[in-house]
Amino acid sequence: MSELNLNINNEIELLRLVTVGSVDDGKSTLIGRLLVDTKGAFEDQLLAVTRKKSAASAAEIDLAMLTDGLAAEREQGITIDVAYRYFATPKRKFIMADCPGHEQYTRNMVTGSSTANAAIILVDARNGVVAQTKRHTHILSLLGIPHLIVAVNKMDLVDYDQSVFENIKADLTEFCRKQGVHDLICVPMSALSGEMVVTRGDTMPWYTGDTMLGVLESLSALDHVDEQPFRLPVQLVNRPQTAELPDYRGFMGRIASGTVRVGDAVTSLPSGQSSTVKEIITFDGNLEEAFFPMSVTLTLNDEIDVSRGTMLVHKNHDLPRHDQSLQANICWIGEQPLEEKNRYFIKHTTNTFKVVVSEIVHKTDIHTLAKDDADQLAMNEIGQVTLKLQQPLFYDAYVDNRVTGSFILIDTFTNNTVAAGMII
Amino acid sequence: MSNHKLTQLKALEAESIHIIREVVAEFRNPVMLYSVGKDSSVMLHLARKAFYPAPLPFALLHVDTGFKFKEMYEFRDQVAKDVGAELIVRRNEKAIAKGANPKDLGVARCCGALKTQALLDALEEGGYDAAFGGARRDEERSRAKERVFSMRDEFGQWDPKNQRPELWDIYNGRIHEGESVRVFPISNWTEMDVWLYIREENIPIVPLYYAKEQPMIKRGEMLIPVDENSMLQEGEEPTNVMCRFRTLGCSPCTGAVYSDANTIDQIIAEAAASRRSERETRIIDHGSNSMEDKKKEGYF
Repeated sequence: MSELNLNINNEIELLRLVTVGSVDDGKSTLIGRLLVDTKGAFEDQLLAVTRKKSAASAAEIDLAMLTDGLAAEREQGITIDVAYRYFATPKRKFIMADCPGHEQYTRNMVTGSSTANAAIILVDARNGVVAQTKRHTHILSLLGIPHLIVAVNKMDLVDYDQSVFENIKADLTEFCRKQGVHDLICVPMSALSGEMVVTRGDTMPWYTGDTMLGVLESLSALDHVDEQPFRLPVQLVNRPQTAELPDYRGFMGRIASGTVRVGDAVTSLPSGQSSTVKEIITFDGNLEEAFFPMSVTLTLNDEIDVSRGTMLVHKNHDLPRHDQSLQANICWIGEQPLEEKNRYFIKHTTNTFKVVVSEIVHKTDIHTLAKDDADQLAMNEIGQVTLKLQQPLFYDAYVDNRVTGSFILIDTFTNNTVAAGMII
Repeated sequence: MSNHKLTQLKALEAESIHIIREVVAEFRNPVMLYSVGKDSSVMLHLARKAFYPAPLPFALLHVDTGFKFKEMYEFRDQVAKDVGAELIVRRNEKAIAKGANPKDLGVARCCGALKTQALLDALEEGGYDAAFGGARRDEERSRAKERVFSMRDEFGQWDPKNQRPELWDIYNGRIHEGESVRVFPISNWTEMDVWLYIREENIPIVPLYYAKEQPMIKRGEMLIPVDENSMLQEGEEPTNVMCRFRTLGCSPCTGAVYSDANTIDQIIAEAAASRRSERETRIIDHGSNSMEDKKKEGYF
């Protein structure tokens, strides 16, 4: 490998992906294929999942065995839990969350999707758009995934028929438009033989778009950093109180959105006190400017009230909402159902405090996507709720900010995470 | 418009620092498991970055088996001194006194006594409610399913079928008395990321990662080092081989790979060209007792 290649490898961007699909859509096969063909899987890992002496031929390997990491999954032949996989091309590094497609495992899909910039939805060309496809697409749209890619798989089993592909594409495009999803790309493929995954093959000359990998490499991973208001949820206040740093107070956190520069006027919420940024400190030297999603330490020119849970924002500019109640779409993942009047902990950025469910506004029927009245939300159900908070919170709408617009609910007795929330 | 983009390494770095700070904010008594290898070196570097200019707010814990390479012990002590970190070393002295070794006990039982049991004892003794580890999801398929905040029950055990969902970068650090979490800040790093970062940040690593000519036993496809810990089998004769270590563990159970890579760039080039995973040289991964089984029992 040349020096040039090393530098390229160093400067590529990260794209976080999630893959979802029904049990037999061939999702694990697609991931195995991407791993094998981009050399993201190693020979000895391949040999471990095949009885054959040679790992040379990917077609001979049970690719699903490569991704089903738990003994229980291999016994049952199904994927139970989200698995994270990694591969890189000269253009980009990918982190892929592989999510089980069973209805009862919606919680895993929500988990895997929450950090994704793009989603691959598997569709079996023989079956077309099924209820589960719509359900998955709905959840992905709720989670605000910027790019949806539909892998119309098993084209080999429909004789690579263009009309089959075009019909599925038309169906999904229509459905997505209703869901408010506009960035939808459909790719016909055979994950088993590899056509249109990494290489084009010669069976679908009528398809002129990119291969799956080509699509993944060309998607915009860009967040609109410059247009976003500055948000810094403070994780910790660093007060070493050493001989060298007797009066030092550094405010540590990961920038949730936007940019901040030395000299900027900032306000500390909830105290409302303001100051200006003195330094942006990193181990590698002070910076003039920092931006999402960097982890930084700020010092300010005045002694103002800042602690864990504080949000630093630009003064008098595009402030977050401030309220003691909020409305949110939630995916319920707790074993005990959510009911009105129930109390939970909410963890939102770096704040944790108590909330009470004041109203279940509606439950979404995940089969018809109709909005129904409901007394409770059971595991894997999705709905809209109103929460009353123990104290006022500063937040944004999830569609505007995936960090300051998201939260989890925690069961006060078991301490388990029971809901994923997206503020409306 | 300015260039507000992070390279993938800087994005990973920011994520790891966020995780490390979150643990310090939410846990009473965290500790960092420091195994002296390259992943630990990267994790320690990230922790220093997280709290700069303040010193590390937790100690380093090395769970020692007594079977590590002598270069690892020298490196460990030097690093702790250079970083100014408190270093705690714990061993399963009872088992060591009884002469526990992989040849007599078998690799799985030896690991169980000298690593898993020693780790659980050390965590209990220290009363730690959170322990950072340098495991990565790309290492092994059961690790691919591990959370960043991985819950352990009172017995330090992992229940893979009952893991808390992990949403966005909101980590649920609420635990009951007696429970603890293992936290993996470099979960999303690959072996290549680790090497590229070591190169970019000039992070010191144990010299054993660099190739040199050294006496080795050829056992099957493995190259086993010859030192005072060696447990030679009948008929085995050391020969000088140009080789290096891709991962570091206990010397009787860690194989070397044929290599003449003696700079970081050469190691990176080799890792890029390699068709075999780094854990291939770890004997512990090849027994009937899988990584998943060991993790359930409390192994890292």
